[in-house]
Amino acid sequence: MTRYLRYLVPLAIFIVLAAFLYRGLSIDPKRVPSPLIGKPMPAFSLPRLQDPAATLGNTDLTGKVSILNIWATWCVSCRAEHEVLLLLARTGKVDIYGLNYKDERPKAQQWLTQLGNPYVANAFDADGRVGIDWGVYGAPETFIMDKQGIIRHKHIGPITVDDLNNEILPLIAQLQATP
Amino acid sequence: MTPELGNFALILGLCMSLVLATFPLIGSINNTPGWIALARPAAWGQFFFVAISFAVLVNAFISNDFSVLYVAQNGNTQLPLIYKVSAVWGAHEGSLLLWALILSGWTVAVSLFNRALPPEVVARVLSVMGMVSIGFLSFLLFTSNPFDRVFPVPLEGGDLNPLLQDFGLAVHPPMLYMGYVGMSVAFSFAIAALIGGKLDAAWARWSRPWTMVAWVFLTIGITLGSWWAYYELGWGGWWFWDPVENASFMPWLAATALIHSLAVTEKRGAFKRWTVLLALLAFSLSLLGTFLVRSGVLTSVHSFAADPARGLFILIFLCLVIGGSLALYAWRAPNVSSGGGFDLLSRETLLLGNNLLLVVITAFILLGTLAPLIYEALGWGKISVGFPWFTTMFVIFTPLLVIIMGMGPLSRWKKQDPGDLARQLRGALLLSVAAGVLMALPVFHDGNIWAGLAVLLAVWLLSSLVLSLRQRYRYRKGLAGMLRDLGARGSGSYYGMLLAHLGVAVFAIGVTFVSQFDIEKDIRMSPGQTVELGGHTFRFDGVESVPGPNYRADRGTIHVFKGGDEVAVLHPEKRAYLVQTKPMTEAGIDAGFTRDIYVSLGESLGGGDWSLRLYYKPFVRWIWLGGILIALGGLLAATDKRYRMAMVPGTAPAPAVTKRLATESSR
Repeated sequence: MTRYLRYLVPLAIFIVLAAFLYRGLSIDPKRVPSPLIGKPMPAFSLPRLQDPAATLGNTDLTGKVSILNIWATWCVSCRAEHEVLLLLARTGKVDIYGLNYKDERPKAQQWLTQLGNPYVANAFDADGRVGIDWGVYGAPETFIMDKQGIIRHKHIGPITVDDLNNEILPLIAQLQATP
Repeated sequence: MTPELGNFALILGLCMSLVLATFPLIGSINNTPGWIALARPAAWGQFFFVAISFAVLVNAFISNDFSVLYVAQNGNTQLPLIYKVSAVWGAHEGSLLLWALILSGWTVAVSLFNRALPPEVVARVLSVMGMVSIGFLSFLLFTSNPFDRVFPVPLEGGDLNPLLQDFGLAVHPPMLYMGYVGMSVAFSFAIAALIGGKLDAAWARWSRPWTMVAWVFLTIGITLGSWWAYYELGWGGWWFWDPVENASFMPWLAATALIHSLAVTEKRGAFKRWTVLLALLAFSLSLLGTFLVRSGVLTSVHSFAADPARGLFILIFLCLVIGGSLALYAWRAPNVSSGGGFDLLSRETLLLGNNLLLVVITAFILLGTLAPLIYEALGWGKISVGFPWFTTMFVIFTPLLVIIMGMGPLSRWKKQDPGDLARQLRGALLLSVAAGVLMALPVFHDGNIWAGLAVLLAVWLLSSLVLSLRQRYRYRKGLAGMLRDLGARGSGSYYGMLLAHLGVAVFAIGVTFVSQFDIEKDIRMSPGQTVELGGHTFRFDGVESVPGPNYRADRGTIHVFKGGDEVAVLHPEKRAYLVQTKPMTEAGIDAGFTRDIYVSLGESLGGGDWSLRLYYKPFVRWIWLGGILIALGGLLAATDKRYRMAMVPGTAPAPAVTKRLATESSR
């Protein structure tokens, strides 16, 4: 019997491997948890997109549940996400702030005029410095903060309607309920 | 030609592969000549229909038929013709069709060149290849049909990924696939041998040239990919240990072990089970590569659009092919007699050592590649395994491999007297250690221990090759005898081995020198400004905007001087493709035998200033030169006369091995 067993070793190794591969199919490798979750949002103060004389900073976002959405006109997925953001804004359940990331001011302003503006206000991060502090490595990304300004959730990639219904709205409701 | 014709041809191709996979195999077991005879026509039919299907897709790209979804996604009217053709394999569906085409092509080749083999053996081999083909053709038809239509028809296509709009990458996938799929031949021979229960030297001799040719393609494919990454990605790297690169490197390592092991099985009848297992392993790793690239289980720069349904399909296919073949192995292998015995020190043990090291390296790469997946599956969180893991592993195992490589060609089959081998290699050892120490000490330049090690190994390998040549010179009684002998049996294998091993030495020098001595500088430059790097002066002469066929480019001009003389004018570019708005860098490279000067353009910083990245890369060409030498060596070995004789009826030579012959003829 043992004489035969050792010839089964390659098969056994493969079965273990296949089990891992099967498990791997249901895991999304792109999902990287942000180290910022559970921490206060990084401080920033930037000129506003629509009014360069005024500034937008982290203090504007605290004291209420807020969303910071990183977007740019060069980002194709942001265009797809825009519809969903408008939908979310229309619910009136949360204030959405934008971080216009490595973009050109006239283009970004035109984008909001053409596609509609879901944002309460936008910060204009031309060189992406603030994006670095927030650990942004691509647009779109979305952060959700609680009333104390602690980051509670990070969404990488465009938010879909499903994401909105299954993840984002329930979380907002929960955060709104806590003082 | 309408796309539906392509689709229909694909279905007919699948029907042919169903016939091919069943009737000839059953016929070979029941000994029904009529069924066995079906193998060749079915193989031909399969190739015919898959080729039609492929031609239809090529035609759709050339004629800008955007009613086909795949063409609409990856084609464009502005695309130059060569990239319209290469766009066929620019994404998932089309590259899979190319895979299927190459597989059916290999199947036809096997049916053509093996007329001397027993018909039932050929029938079995073709049947097994037919089974693999069923998997790929149904994968195409059921999950990844390249002929799906789209409505409304877009006016313009989404364009080929700009990264792929490059000659190197137009030919890289076909080469690589030739290698991957070529491994299916060795695999099919092994399975056929297991089914027949006859694991003798014959199957090893039959599958050797096929394995060798596939291995050559794989070598070329990997070398091309690495060269492309170097000049196209804009930061001078040539290998990234990316999951998909590993997916091509693992079958290469297994195949390298296989071609060595096949030699032992053919000549000495030893390692029979081990060789079969390697043949299964090489192709299994090719398939695993396909799974990793196309299922989205790992993040990689190469990943195709991930789709869990596709992933599941390939995984099931993988389980059937690999699991089935390993089960067959577990059933059949115990009854295989062990082959010729050998002493503790002999060419067999040295080749076994080489084999084990190659398999260990493969295992480490597999582990490193899958580690992120395994970690997450076990709930241990995220990890990323990067350069340190792979480099450490490589630095530990490759020197051992090279040391054995130096001893192998000089040793005798069956029994090698240790004292004799030591006497032969004494000089080589002294010479290589001396050269290595010289390199490690600060004699000519800043001393560097790693460069010393590389030189030591390269000189060791080189001197052992020279010793081997001298031995042959003596046996053949001088140069005239060696020249007369050039066309003889075994000669191609021998010189091929020398060339390939030389390639390894060249490669080792290239890798080590470029990793130890390269200099790079990120710098902001204004027009007219100069900067020093690696003994050269770089003068930046500004950037101008130039139009390309389907892009606009910012093209910089950099003059490079050495000691007051102008060495090169480089034009690195930054391209903005009009459809897919990705910015692309096109490095400016002055290639040289002992060094490359490499400049890539960064961002415009305003006022005519640009950020630039300058590199001085010593011996970087040697990396690909090594790859080319290795491939040429394989090609030479594959064209060895004795394989051609084996293909002519009645002259299949018995593996005659006498002690005297053994020392002179190598692998």
